[in-house]
Amino acid sequence: MSEIAISVERLSKLYRIGLKDQIQETLVGTVVDFVRSPAKNFRRLKKLTNISPDDAEAKDVIWALRDVSLNVMQGEVLGLIGPNGAGKSTLLKILAGITEPTSGRAEVRGRVASLLEVGTGFHPDLTGRENVYLNGTILGMTKGEIDHKFDEIVAFSEVEKFIDTPVKRYSSGMTVRLAFAVAAHLEPEILLVDEVLAVGDFRFQRKCAGKMGDVAGSGRTVLFVSHNMAAIGSLCDRGVLLGEGAVLTHGRIDDVVSRYISEGLSGSEFQEETTDELACIVGGRIVGSDQIRFGDFLTFDLDIVAREKLSASLMWRLQDAFGAPVAVGSPHLQLGKYQEVRPGKNRFCVKLGPLPLFEGAYSLSFDLNHAGTQHLHRLESRLRFTVLACDPAGIGAVLPSRWRAGSIVIPFEIEAVPK
Amino acid sequence: MNRSTSPPVRIIERKSGWRALDLRELFLYRDLFRFLVYRDVMVLYKQTILGFGWAVVRPVLSMIVFSVVFGRLAKIPSDGIPYPLFSFAALVPWTYFQSAVTGSTTSLVASTHLISRVYFPRIIIPLTPVIAGLVDFAIALVVLGVMMALYGVTPTISVVYLPLMILIMALTAASVGLWLSVFAIQYRDVRFALQFVIQLLLYAAPVVWPASLIPEQYRVFYGFYPMAGVIEGFRSALLGTHPMPWDLIAAGSFTAAVLFVSGVLHFRRTERVIADVA
Repeated sequence: MSEIAISVERLSKLYRIGLKDQIQETLVGTVVDFVRSPAKNFRRLKKLTNISPDDAEAKDVIWALRDVSLNVMQGEVLGLIGPNGAGKSTLLKILAGITEPTSGRAEVRGRVASLLEVGTGFHPDLTGRENVYLNGTILGMTKGEIDHKFDEIVAFSEVEKFIDTPVKRYSSGMTVRLAFAVAAHLEPEILLVDEVLAVGDFRFQRKCAGKMGDVAGSGRTVLFVSHNMAAIGSLCDRGVLLGEGAVLTHGRIDDVVSRYISEGLSGSEFQEETTDELACIVGGRIVGSDQIRFGDFLTFDLDIVAREKLSASLMWRLQDAFGAPVAVGSPHLQLGKYQEVRPGKNRFCVKLGPLPLFEGAYSLSFDLNHAGTQHLHRLESRLRFTVLACDPAGIGAVLPSRWRAGSIVIPFEIEAVPK
Repeated sequence: MNRSTSPPVRIIERKSGWRALDLRELFLYRDLFRFLVYRDVMVLYKQTILGFGWAVVRPVLSMIVFSVVFGRLAKIPSDGIPYPLFSFAALVPWTYFQSAVTGSTTSLVASTHLISRVYFPRIIIPLTPVIAGLVDFAIALVVLGVMMALYGVTPTISVVYLPLMILIMALTAASVGLWLSVFAIQYRDVRFALQFVIQLLLYAAPVVWPASLIPEQYRVFYGFYPMAGVIEGFRSALLGTHPMPWDLIAAGSFTAAVLFVSGVLHFRRTERVIADVA
């Protein structure tokens, strides 16, 4: 178990993005440009395939990855997270052998299968059966392996009845289910997965997540890229946070995810531009400490600017570090009353609690609606606070947060029942 | 799961320079090759009325046009063979060559969605149309047999050399495809230039005219165009126009072999960057 499956050493990838063409403003300039352009195009196209570490200082290149080093142990499920353009997919592509690094080196032990998109190579004119074989071999299976698993794949996809129908007659959901079913039955030693769980309807997504959980639990090494923090959090043991091509942090998945989520947030207060709507939220802040304990209250202010007098429904949504919803509340929902908003600036103070929350980072999102119907303003994860190590009974016994069993702690009483 | 054997270690780093063909890897991916060929064959005539009839109609229509224009009007000599049969014997290998080269050249560009998402030996892609095209070729060959029967022409004993001609033909198509497909993915001009080049190659090949029109002193040089030997070889083996043109075939095989080996090497050298420009 402790053997290294993937070791990456100072891996870098440089892409040439090409500079914007200069646009000539005179007719003569345009004509000259047109005549010259073949030579210019040739140089530009030729440069595309000719890139080396020496080009690092050139203006038309970007580092998709820069000096990335990491190790993945055998049997480990590693989550790769980070904003768009952080280099997650590039890293997977290099490890899969699709593209070559500009410098650095990686060692991969074992058969690799990459799942960068479900349904790669599906042909609409071929039947479901033919596509299972085509897609399976594209993903690296042999015909024998597919023969062996064919019934299982078809059963998982739930398209048995249409397996001999051309895929172009399928609904898009059916195609995607069949494609995922093929991918889910790959059995490589190392699996590289890029954002493929968001397929099909809700029921099928749950089934996919379950299957991924099985894969993750089966001792296979998995590198998993997703923007779905809840999925990452439940599937992975360890995480790596990438940003602008470099490793920002790595470690336990919870810590890495909280770090990632907290980076995109303004923290204990925020300011917003006014919008064109009748009313909008222009700012807010946590009053008092943004670090609380189990059972504490959280108090925050919200500033709302309105153009005219109106009845508003104000709603807050509490999310955990993975972005999963924990609770929702509003005066309208819970007290059956709207908030009267006066023209101009308004300030509301909300005292939320007692909060039976587990240790971890949480965020608050806000919605402002016009009398519960017309949507006025939505803000995601604007206020962030931390719940310190959870000690519900106040006796110094702390629940280990790595259990990740949930976000709330429910008080209870227990006693032996006499016979 | 059985993990008694230690897993293979793959080193990933920037490579440059020439690389030989990894036959072991190609063997591992043989099923993929098979299914891609199967796909190309199955999909080609999907949702058409004629279906595989097109494999017959295309060369037959060309034959009719050539027979009228070059046989009747221009009165181009045909080595004593009825012009329709003379041109059809050439059109069977030529039609294959044309579709295989076109398919192979455009194959990488058409497969960018695969190339940028999955790893497999890239060389399979341009080779697929070369193999898949043999199905159409076989159908056209049967039609040629029927025509020979109608004209009462029997093949000569040299027909045993036909497989060799087919091999040179496929090898030539593969070589051109290997060279052009990697250029096409970087310089999309190739796609537009190809149509013209194919036309040029058609009239350079002895399709509408016999190679016997070439002055004797230039014949050796002409032979370096592989399709010359292939087409004249077809005519000699099947129609008995001349003895087997071994001079043309030898020169043509040389070109085909050089083109193929260099094509494979060039492809292997370039394939590492294909995904970046695809």
